[in-house]
Amino acid sequence: MANFHVEKPVASRGQQTARVARDIRGGGMNRDRWKTIASVLARQGILVAFALFLIGFSIFSDRFLSPENILSVMRSSAIIGVMALGVTVVVIGGNLDLSVGSMLSFSTVLVVDLHDKIGPAPAIGVMLVATLALGAVNGLLVGVARLNSLIVTLGMLSAIQGLTLIYSGGKNVDIVNQDQTWFKIFGRGTIADIPTPIVIFAVGAILLHLMMAYTPFGRRIYATGGNATAAVFSGVRRSRVVFLTYLISASGVAIAAIILGSRVMGSQNNVGQGYELQVLAGVILGGTSLLGGAGTIWKTVIGVLILGFIQNGLLLMGFEYYVQWLVTWVVIILAVWLDIAAKRGRLLSPIA
Amino acid sequence: MSDVAATKIPALQLKGIVKTFPGVRALDDVTFDVRAGEVHALLGENGAGKSTLMKVLAGMYQPDEGTIEIEGTPVTMRTPLEAKRRGVVLIHQELSLAEEMTVAENIYLGELPRRSLGRVDWKTLFAKSEEILKRLNCGFGPKDRVGALSIANQQMVEIARALTVDAKVVIFDEPTASLTDAEKVVLFEIINDLKARGVGIVYISHRMDEIFTLADRISVLRDGGYRGTLVAGDTTEDEVIQLMIGRSLDLSRRQHAEVKTGEVALKVEGLSCGKLFQDVSFELREGEVLGFYGLVGAGRTEIAETLFGLRRPTAGTIEIDGKETAIHSPADAIAKGISLVPESRKEQGLVLGMNCRDNITLPQVGDLTSGPFVSDGAEIAIFDQYRDTLKIKTPSWRQAVGNLSGGNQQKIVIGKWLAMHPRILIVDEPTRGIDVGSKSEIHDLIRELARSGYAVIVISSEMPEVLHVSDRILAMYHGRVIRRFTAEEVTEDSLVAAISGIEQEQVA
Ligand SMILES: Nc1ncnc2c1ncn2[C@@H]1O[C@H](COP(=O)(O)OP(=O)(O)OP(=O)(O)O)[C@@H](O)[C@H]1O
Ligand SMILES: [Mg+2]
Repeated sequence: MANFHVEKPVASRGQQTARVARDIRGGGMNRDRWKTIASVLARQGILVAFALFLIGFSIFSDRFLSPENILSVMRSSAIIGVMALGVTVVVIGGNLDLSVGSMLSFSTVLVVDLHDKIGPAPAIGVMLVATLALGAVNGLLVGVARLNSLIVTLGMLSAIQGLTLIYSGGKNVDIVNQDQTWFKIFGRGTIADIPTPIVIFAVGAILLHLMMAYTPFGRRIYATGGNATAAVFSGVRRSRVVFLTYLISASGVAIAAIILGSRVMGSQNNVGQGYELQVLAGVILGGTSLLGGAGTIWKTVIGVLILGFIQNGLLLMGFEYYVQWLVTWVVIILAVWLDIAAKRGRLLSPIA
Repeated sequence: MSDVAATKIPALQLKGIVKTFPGVRALDDVTFDVRAGEVHALLGENGAGKSTLMKVLAGMYQPDEGTIEIEGTPVTMRTPLEAKRRGVVLIHQELSLAEEMTVAENIYLGELPRRSLGRVDWKTLFAKSEEILKRLNCGFGPKDRVGALSIANQQMVEIARALTVDAKVVIFDEPTASLTDAEKVVLFEIINDLKARGVGIVYISHRMDEIFTLADRISVLRDGGYRGTLVAGDTTEDEVIQLMIGRSLDLSRRQHAEVKTGEVALKVEGLSCGKLFQDVSFELREGEVLGFYGLVGAGRTEIAETLFGLRRPTAGTIEIDGKETAIHSPADAIAKGISLVPESRKEQGLVLGMNCRDNITLPQVGDLTSGPFVSDGAEIAIFDQYRDTLKIKTPSWRQAVGNLSGGNQQKIVIGKWLAMHPRILIVDEPTRGIDVGSKSEIHDLIRELARSGYAVIVISSEMPEVLHVSDRILAMYHGRVIRRFTAEEVTEDSLVAAISGIEQEQVA
């Protein structure tokens, strides 16, 4: 007996009726709509948060959304922003860079000190080479020697501090003729009425965005950060990719040092201290995964701007400047939490 | 018609289960039950919804609609731990162990025995684990680090996990995909033992022989819908496949038509790599499929990795197109026209968080540019081509590969390397996790590639696969080529004898 023992015939009538009934009830549709909203939030949550902040602060302070204020926030965010762009690239590649803060101190001291000694253009050149050399050290240790990036760059943070002090002998440096040098254009000047730091930040963001989103090299960085072994099996030269991400990060620092040096025209040995955390905060707020393989440049831009606007908004509302540190922390936690909650569809989950 | 089990209340019953993901209705009104003391096989094509259904069962996914009943009582299972406490344990398709921890910790993960102040009670932990491992006849101890174990042994750890509770239902999701035949025998003994003790088993596999050895009943899913249940004793392979894919398959052995081979594409002489393999020599011609058969650990994968620039040979030479060369890195191998479909899709084959298209084009992304930028059109064209050739099931190219079903992930890896149009194609366990229909299509594809001039190496632990696609077969044993066969002369018995070392004479 050919027992085709089908206990339930294929797509039975009952099944079809059930499906129709479900569609009529509309329960399924509603659920789908919620899912869509949740997934939009998951992807664009950072934008929504940004909009909410702008609205919130503008209710409390009418100066907040004035063009002057917006420009000023963007200008002061540019230094951290430029560094955050480079660090985003490193993080997407699956590593960390905690050395950017003390690297900024070093590079700023160097460029400011050399400015009067050998002239602005050579000073910039020498500083650029020196900064890239520091980035190359990171890149060699992490990319080629495959050491843990947290340890390497944390070590570099301290080593570069030492280097800076050795170079300057502990003395502050400044530029004497602050009004005459063309070097002032980077920090104090404008291009087409827009402050130069904003222009630099914007151009850097656009270039790096194009690189990450549309070039083969960008693709290789995502692949390396996402699964280094699979990337190698796909012919990606992992060491080279990681090495280059650290050079990019160092370039960001060098540019930030030019902006900072030109703006302040002088430098203490520890100007960059603590910048690494602000930079990382901007990167995280932008939703870049610290595990590597995911994130976008333009969201880092928004992350950095959110930080800037929060700090500015708090000042305008009359809080002491140190309150911003606490608030920043809360915002980061909320951002990360909402991001992950939207992805899994609920606030707390036993499975990740 | 005798159906003894039908009289019992099912140990576990799923009714009207619906589960959707963005763009995919993975389960659509599925009904399924498991009875105490039976093996219930769940079949379906890649992406049919088998793993998803089991994850619903084991508390990893919440169904959008539908009910789960355990011994007649409706339950909701919010977490895997909760499911486990209710006696439902899932052994995953993709292993999910904490590699840096010991075997014992993994077995009792989430439920480590405690002493006062929440300290782990190591003594009890190791003793209890030891006992379970003994029951499973494992060749490793509770204190070994999981990451150091072979895949098969890791699988055993997963199984050991299931034995810590008084399981009512144990689910095996493609457990044999990476097991050797000997290990399979052990696994089947365990399953039969569980069954005899009244545990209900759900068994997912794409291998028909296993299904018919083990299963009492067979249920089939297709495109997320429930297609029916058959009693294993009363049905045939053909009937099951018919229900699964809607048509019959011709699974007969290939007729060996005359192969037209061309130039020698690859010549390997005296190749050795430390203790992994020694003195391996062979020639591979254009238009030919060379099969490597042997036990896991016989050195086949290591040879492939050496040819792909992932390992340095310690002796011997490699010639490509008559010229001796050294292969320094995968990038170098790719430039020399070699592709490798690696053994492990999750670790070596895919960037799981990346979308389908970008995974397929990754090895050649540098050549798909217009100006400095990657050409979207070129990439999508490649993706579309291989989605169609390999019937990859995904809502769009934007889907992250990690969200595809296991078999469809494997197809992405194959597509990625076919898209390179290599001169020499090496595939290592190419059809792991792939359903019967697609499997025979991939075999045909490999033959087709050879006919059009590719030189192909197939490494497989599945004898029918090697027999089916190869023109010549090298049998490996303990790192050496122990025998060479041509397709005409090879028999299953001689192959088995060779790879188990029964036949020690080396035929050059
Ligand atoms: N987390 C997820 N997100 C989005 N889609 C998913 C997810 N998990 C599964 N899917 C989709 O649901 C469908 C069913 O997948 P499932 O893994 O259950 O298939 P399967 O029957 O186990 O296939 P295989 O034999 O290949 O393992 C597939 O189309 C898959 O792409
Ligand atoms: Mg599956």
